[in-house]
Amino acid sequence: MGSIHLNKVSKVFGDLKVIPSLDLEINEGEFVVFVGPSGCGKSTLLRLIAGLEDLSGGTISIDGNDVTNAPPAKRGLAMVFQSYALYPHMSVRKNIAFPLKMAGEDKATIDKKVEDAARVLNLTDYLERKPGQLSGGQRQRVAIGRAIVRQPTAFLFDEPLSNLDAALRVTMRLEISELHHELGTTMIYVTHDQVEAMTMADKIVVLNRGNIEQVGSPMELYNHPRNLFVAGFIGSPKMNFVEGKDAQAFGAPTIGIRPEHLSYSSSEGAWKGKVGVAEHLGSDTFCHVHTENSGTMTLRVSGEAGLKHGDTIYLTPEESRIHRFDDKGLAIA
Amino acid sequence: MATTQMRTTARLMLAPSVILLLIWMVVPLAATLYYSFQNYSLLNPITSFAGWGNYYYFLTDPAFSSAVVNTLLLVGGVLLISVVGGTFLALLIDQPIFGQGIVRILVISPFFVMPTVAALVWKNMMMNPIYGIFAWLLSLFGLPPIDFFAQIPLLSVTIIVAWQWLPFATLILLTALQSLDGEQIEAAEMDGAGAVSRFIYLVLPHLSRAITVVILIETIFLLSVFAEILVTTNGGPGTATTNLPFLVYTQALLSYDVGVASAGGVIAIIVANIVAFFLMRIVGKNLEA
Amino acid sequence: MARNVTTAKRVGWSIAAWFVALLIFFPILWTVITSFKSEGAAIAFPPVFFDFDWTLSSYVEVQERSDYLLHVWNSAVISLGSTFIALLISIPAAWSMAFNPTKRTKDILMWMLSTKMLPAVAVLVPFYLAYKNLGLLDTKLGLIIILTMMNLPILIWMLFSYFKEIPGEILEACRMDGATLGQEIVYILTPMAVPGIASTLLLNIIMAWNEAFWTLNISASQAAPLSAFIASYSSPEGLFWAKLSAASTLAIAPILIMGWFSQKQLVRGLTFGAVK
Repeated sequence: MGSIHLNKVSKVFGDLKVIPSLDLEINEGEFVVFVGPSGCGKSTLLRLIAGLEDLSGGTISIDGNDVTNAPPAKRGLAMVFQSYALYPHMSVRKNIAFPLKMAGEDKATIDKKVEDAARVLNLTDYLERKPGQLSGGQRQRVAIGRAIVRQPTAFLFDEPLSNLDAALRVTMRLEISELHHELGTTMIYVTHDQVEAMTMADKIVVLNRGNIEQVGSPMELYNHPRNLFVAGFIGSPKMNFVEGKDAQAFGAPTIGIRPEHLSYSSSEGAWKGKVGVAEHLGSDTFCHVHTENSGTMTLRVSGEAGLKHGDTIYLTPEESRIHRFDDKGLAIA
Repeated sequence: MATTQMRTTARLMLAPSVILLLIWMVVPLAATLYYSFQNYSLLNPITSFAGWGNYYYFLTDPAFSSAVVNTLLLVGGVLLISVVGGTFLALLIDQPIFGQGIVRILVISPFFVMPTVAALVWKNMMMNPIYGIFAWLLSLFGLPPIDFFAQIPLLSVTIIVAWQWLPFATLILLTALQSLDGEQIEAAEMDGAGAVSRFIYLVLPHLSRAITVVILIETIFLLSVFAEILVTTNGGPGTATTNLPFLVYTQALLSYDVGVASAGGVIAIIVANIVAFFLMRIVGKNLEA
Repeated sequence: MARNVTTAKRVGWSIAAWFVALLIFFPILWTVITSFKSEGAAIAFPPVFFDFDWTLSSYVEVQERSDYLLHVWNSAVISLGSTFIALLISIPAAWSMAFNPTKRTKDILMWMLSTKMLPAVAVLVPFYLAYKNLGLLDTKLGLIIILTMMNLPILIWMLFSYFKEIPGEILEACRMDGATLGQEIVYILTPMAVPGIASTLLLNIIMAWNEAFWTLNISASQAAPLSAFIASYSSPEGLFWAKLSAASTLAIAPILIMGWFSQKQLVRGLTFGAVK
């Protein structure tokens, strides 16, 4: 239960092709993350799957059934919205019970399911409160509670953490991952934050301008980005790109090297540069090095680096970690 | 957003309003246009085609030009009083005063008084040259009373109408004022701006949208001021307080001349449209943001 | 701008504000006071403010002489009736435009507002004639029809501005939760929109209650609401100030109180959400 198949799906708003034509296979029980910059069509894609938008072309099937023209309610999916979309005039209990009530379940069943969900989500003490009296994290949990009580075939998350502060985001990230392991239900998760994608996904779908740039596991995307876009988008801090003569020296028009795969020396190396700002995170230090020919490069140093602003250093990439790209920006195998 | 099915439902739900308003707009308008070209009096059942005769009659009636002037003076005068007065009143009420809630209620009250009552109360108890409050106030300073509706009829009507609309402007400007970001003001104070420059450079621009809205809405209502005139002066003395709506009314329901009254109606539409044309452009722009 | 100020400054501002507020409120206060006077005391010169024999006789006379209650009834039926019908028509329209906007939504809204720009007087004649032929002159139904249509654009605008504040995501969530359109309206939209609908309703009643162009021209005696009834006091015999005041007080009191309660929403409502 919970496999979703998109076949040549496209979406046009007026003259604007948001999604030109796209195929995607989502397997049962997978945690799939759609990631990409804003305006890449990831939310639209989610809404197409949800049935909140019409397809301009193509078909969507869930568990082998064609749902292309089915209304949202008939698709058996549950969605958690960016704004949580809680019903402000209903208590937490009624919010969570709402989909069950719409499904016509009897009161005893509803009560039991709501209380089970509340226990799982640590909401038991808040059942009689209104959403307005809850913190951001609690609201998020209510939204999730409303989604899980229906036992949907798949969960859809539309940037669910973007309204939370940084610390809470980390906690909720773990909670959602934990929930996925517990329920084993298919989850589709939309985010613009590649860290969320990397940490949560079984499968990441990188989208850019409505096209799928690459589909793969987090480590596949990290180790073998198919093109410059994915290489630049996945990984933090961003991959350094080198073009021109310095790249030719390594046998490609463009090469990419992640900050964590650079080493430095004060006397010799591939690229000479001056140390700029150093960001100290405690566990790591990110140094921004102004190289002579290849712009500013980021260097990751484990622990505390003994580098000062203005020092001259030499950077050397780890040979096996160099990503090579051809003229069209595609990775050279 | 949304799906085809939703969009279809949405159209169906919008349809009744659009259709009704369309009928409401087109049918009487067409009828007015038709009558305006007919010689048609309620006293004389025989009608005939009049060509531009009714328009000619209405436009060359000396009452017409004075009605246009009166209409504009009335609208302009009330707008001036309510916007300028409303701004200062709003600034005053926005100060840290005791009982701000009650002050608000007192100030907004005239807006809820029906026009006929407002006009009657002012005409009699305030402006009566013998027993009125103003006569009494003037006598306190040893001044002779003013016979408002004989000496300054149009101004008197303007005052009454302004009394009803000043509260409206005040309330809206006050609301806008209270949404002004306190940090902006503090930043300006840090930058060394005095009260006057703060008002000119921060408060006024912030209020501009609200002022536009006040002008738009008041104009819609002020172009058709009627009851206040009917109750106080009946358009007089002479035609001193006859505005366009009142002139049409006198033609239609007092002279029973449907043709001429309709021509007047058409002209009132044209005048209103000229005003509206400018207003809608400003408002359309201002409401988008 | 809640800032610390000295008490002296605060007292100063307070005195100024209260003075101006009372000045503006004075005609209303004066009307109420006068309504409790005898006719003689009402036209006393110099005016007496509190030191007179308070009496209810004017109120009694107003009712006896002119069947005041009939006009109250007319006002109530006309303003409530027209508001209710207009709400029934405008809620679906506002829903439609707020949650399913199209490229033309803005134009439709502007066009609706522009119908308000059409001066009532321009269409007085056809209405008068049509009503005469249909026997609608001086009937409550006739006035209800006119007031419904007259206030419809404003109602749609107001509701539209309230509905637009309900996030579309909530309605989508409810669709995902399996609610039908009917359930969506009953369980989600209506409860959330109640404050907006209530203040729209209140404001519309106020506007309809105070309307004084059509009521004066289309109604005479039978269907005359208070605004038209009061106008009959403008004749010279209207120099009975105590009675005039009593009738006026009765006419404005219900609306004044309603207005006080709705003044916060009034700003939003009458500016179509442009000023909050």
